[in-house]
Amino acid sequence: MARPLTALEVDIWRGDASGAFRRYQVPRRDSQTVLDVVTHVQRHLDATLAYRFACRVGMCGSCAMTVNGVARWTCRTHISKVVLEDRLEIAPLRNLPVIRDLACDMREFFDKGAKAHGRFAPTRTRREDFAAVPPQTPQRRAADAAIECIGCGVCYASCDVVAWNPDYLGPAALNRAWALENDVRDAGRIERLRAVAGDAGCHACHTHLSCTERCPKQLSPTASIAGLKRATALAALKGKL
Amino acid sequence: MTPARRETLLWVAQRASAAVLALCVVVHLVTVIVAVRGGLSAAEILSRTRGSTGWLAFYSLFVLAVSVHAPIGLRAVALEWLGWRGASRDWTMLAIASALALAGLRAVFAVFL
Repeated sequence: MARPLTALEVDIWRGDASGAFRRYQVPRRDSQTVLDVVTHVQRHLDATLAYRFACRVGMCGSCAMTVNGVARWTCRTHISKVVLEDRLEIAPLRNLPVIRDLACDMREFFDKGAKAHGRFAPTRTRREDFAAVPPQTPQRRAADAAIECIGCGVCYASCDVVAWNPDYLGPAALNRAWALENDVRDAGRIERLRAVAGDAGCHACHTHLSCTERCPKQLSPTASIAGLKRATALAALKGKL
Repeated sequence: MTPARRETLLWVAQRASAAVLALCVVVHLVTVIVAVRGGLSAAEILSRTRGSTGWLAFYSLFVLAVSVHAPIGLRAVALEWLGWRGASRDWTMLAIASALALAGLRAVFAVFL
């Protein structure tokens, strides 16, 4: 039997790190997402509410928030999946400085992507032919498994090690490094392994698997980090690190 | 040695010592259970360990694996919980490793000699 549509009681974080939750009444609708709820509050109840979104279809990675204590992409999270007795609590992502309301400062998240050498280092010029990378090779499959990250920050907000060690590069940056480590066209692999080794890199991971549990794209940053541990170990034993 | 290589080799050492410990702990527990259930007295146990190079080698390996494994783990705990890094942390861990090895080997030789 379909659930009768009622009103939702929604607690939304307002202000910066020293802010507090404020309660709003939002009408319940069919197929309503968490982003729909936040948008309703901003359009109809309180125009000063700050939050981020862009594509609304799970591609851009900008609308992640903490919903009832769990980091989620809000545009693809249906209320029916997360609501607890018609109540929702929506907060900004953890492990990142809050700018205002539901908007976090993502700089440190993206800066760590750069620190982990998350940039492709080409080996060919535009004058050469395309590189043929057979889809069935183990390296290509490993790269494919890690490549679909949308940079939403859900893994970073869910990671205990990030909370304990602010220098830790985090699951998304390391997952990206693993995708590039498996890119046979890439020239920066040893430098990248140097950048991701150590107590701020892959070796800090405790394999709690929160990133893998929460990733909305069903990626496994944990597996990528394990791959980096193997690759750095081999490089270190060969004296290349 | 680059910091990346040092940290990675420490991680390898901890993983390798963990593999040794997994085996040693099983053998040790089985030995303890067999000895207790068999009703062996302390004197009977000592008569088996004294002069036994097999037990000497096994428990020396066990102690050395502990001495490698535990300080590397503590080193990570020191960083995460106390924010402690740098040379003072490494020297302290080296001291803990030495203390574990000395105390452990002393005990091993006490039942060998």
